Amino acid sequence: MAEAPGVRRDSVQQPASRTIRSLLASTEVDTRLLGMVGALAVIWIGFDLASGGLFLTPRNLWNLSVQSASIAIMATGMVLIIVSRNIDLSVGSLLGFLGYTMAMVQAVWIPTALGLGFNQPYTWILALLVGMAIGAAIGGLQGFIIAYGRVPSFIVTLGGFLVWRGLIFQYAQGQTIAPMDATYQLLGGGPTGALGDVGSWVIAALACAGIVYTIINSRRRRREYGFPVRPTWALVTVIGASCAAVIGAVWVSNNYLWPPALATQFALDRGITEPPGGLQIPVGIAYPVLLMIGVALVMTFMATRRRFGRYVFAIGGNPDAAELGGINVRRTITLTYVVMGILVAISAAVQTARLNAAVTNLGVQNELDVIAAAVIGGTSFSGGIGTIPGAVLGAVVMQSLRSGMVLLRVDSPTQDIVVGIVLVAAVGLDAVLRRRSAR
Amino acid sequence: MNDVAHTPLVEMRNIRVAFGGVHAVEDVSLDLYAGEVVGLVGGNGAGKSTLMRALSGARAPDSGEIDIDGRLASISNPRDAKAYGIETIYQTLALADNIDAAANLFLGRELTDRVGTLDDSAMESATRKVMTRLNPNFTAFKRPVKSLSGGQRQSVAIARAVHFNARILIMDEPTAALGPAETEQVRDLIRQLKQEGIGIFLVSHDIHDVFDLADRISVMYHGRIVGTVNKDDVTIDEVLGMIILGKPPTEVTQKELAELHG
Ligand SMILES: Nc1ncnc2c1ncn2[C@@H]1O[C@H](COP(=O)(O)OP(=O)(O)OP(=O)(O)O)[C@@H](O)[C@H]1O
Ligand SMILES: [Mg+2]
Repeated sequence: MAEAPGVRRDSVQQPASRTIRSLLASTEVDTRLLGMVGALAVIWIGFDLASGGLFLTPRNLWNLSVQSASIAIMATGMVLIIVSRNIDLSVGSLLGFLGYTMAMVQAVWIPTALGLGFNQPYTWILALLVGMAIGAAIGGLQGFIIAYGRVPSFIVTLGGFLVWRGLIFQYAQGQTIAPMDATYQLLGGGPTGALGDVGSWVIAALACAGIVYTIINSRRRRREYGFPVRPTWALVTVIGASCAAVIGAVWVSNNYLWPPALATQFALDRGITEPPGGLQIPVGIAYPVLLMIGVALVMTFMATRRRFGRYVFAIGGNPDAAELGGINVRRTITLTYVVMGILVAISAAVQTARLNAAVTNLGVQNELDVIAAAVIGGTSFSGGIGTIPGAVLGAVVMQSLRSGMVLLRVDSPTQDIVVGIVLVAAVGLDAVLRRRSAR
Repeated sequence: MNDVAHTPLVEMRNIRVAFGGVHAVEDVSLDLYAGEVVGLVGGNGAGKSTLMRALSGARAPDSGEIDIDGRLASISNPRDAKAYGIETIYQTLALADNIDAAANLFLGRELTDRVGTLDDSAMESATRKVMTRLNPNFTAFKRPVKSLSGGQRQSVAIARAVHFNARILIMDEPTAALGPAETEQVRDLIRQLKQEGIGIFLVSHDIHDVFDLADRISVMYHGRIVGTVNKDDVTIDEVLGMIILGKPPTEVTQKELAELHG
């Protein structure tokens, strides 16, 4: 999954591959990431051909983005945990537990127990904050036992896997809690839980401005110090490609329109007379996707530009060196689990909002999807290697496989078989490529 | 140099370190003055690294005391040691393989801007500066140190120790992986640092190196100090005898000496 097939195959023709590789190198783009984008393109086009053009539609891609969001959010945290040579098997159960807790906050505790009533403007954020705080506390507890108690993370989180799931049944007695607060539901997406076309374009503009600023600024700083910088054409290519990707994604989202029934209802509510073809309302970027992008940005910043991230990677590279360097290894490890707990809470909000309910099997098997996303995204179990964007792409790859197979009416056991094989094949291929590039 | 009126920079007293049943360091006392190089020699497993790791905070001793500048110091982790101005080049180098030279050099002491964001450019710039002094041919600033040669990695480890204005420098086999030119550079560096008044513990198996650079030589044997001698008072053969036989020259019999040369 690491490099585009086209790039690899060139190794037969030595000179051509060398020039392509040196061109790629001068763009300073992560070739692994590029390879994943290539693999994703192959998967998408393959499904589109196989389904007779059903896959690459705005509607399907928009759904794909929403379905990927909750796993991608958690995968960004799992990267840090796996990079520091640990694992978290408890995320699925914790997601269920936190989803339940947040459902209780908005459906029982605020309205009834505190007597404040339903659908208050603050309900959604209060529920989310309570979930995040409890997630941080539980993550911190697990991390503390791992780091300070020196119990292997596999064991601690396996325990968590059982405990948090068990607790759901303890305090919900197997009941479903529904419905969710009206504002909170928007966190799950759906036609109304999205930015609309104007908002989406504003985001696109901000994103492009951000990309240009970041790249130019870092180049300026390197110049100031007299370091080598990449050639201008490479700079322009990278900026151009990144902005094109942003604009393309927004364009696709805006081409997905509200379903006619909903649009008609909207027209009725607002007293608008519908034009002949019906009201055409672009959906735009879904809130959960926006949330995911925000999380990915913050996590990338933490992983690459803050001490915390630097320490996580150093610990993964050589725990002894990290300790001798004066890093507080235990505190850093504990913090990775605190972060994971917070991210699980955010994902739990997305999932319960989307379902408009908390059910007892919420988050079942999510730990496996999250770990798979991180690993397909290039995170290595030997520690010290992994990227946040890679994990997000990994989540999209996983979800693309699943949703493509649903389109092709592949039954669910077969889906599992395919995903399982892809996981092993991706990691195997990656190991082979890594060994080759190390030589 | 060994002016008794001066308080030693470092004084280690009755240091003991045991790993389970293995007494790696047994009741060792050692001192170091400013502007002095003390060579620490001994066979494999004699306890040299373990003793140095007690001083660098990597593993606190089981008993014994360490004075810095004549005052009792408490060193229970590497951060404590660094706070006393103790920098260490570990025999194992202690580099994080997956990050680049600058990230390793500043590991645990990163440069940041006002809001705590890493200033990678400033760190790279400082790394380039200190590397030109050590290994002018070094250019691999952007690569993970895993992809560097053993000698380049060693240069990074040395750079890390000298960059932070140490007062006490521990060098455990600093030139083991270096080529002749780089070794010469490190020797010059040691002389220069000594001139600046830094106290240096030099652990080395290269007896000629030790004779060349050290003012005093301490010999360890099975966890104990056999003796500490002024370099000018002994011959290389006498020190070799101490290393191999574990006795001071005065106690070595003619027979043993003959066997040694046998
Ligand atoms: N972490 C450890 N756990 C158990 N035993 C250890 C440990 N570190 C060192 N030892 C033991 O302590 C003794 C001294 O080891 P040390 O590394 O200090 O020797 P040394 O003099 O530095 O040897 P060398 O010249 O080979 O580097 C050895 O017997 C070694 O086996
Ligand atoms: Mg040693």
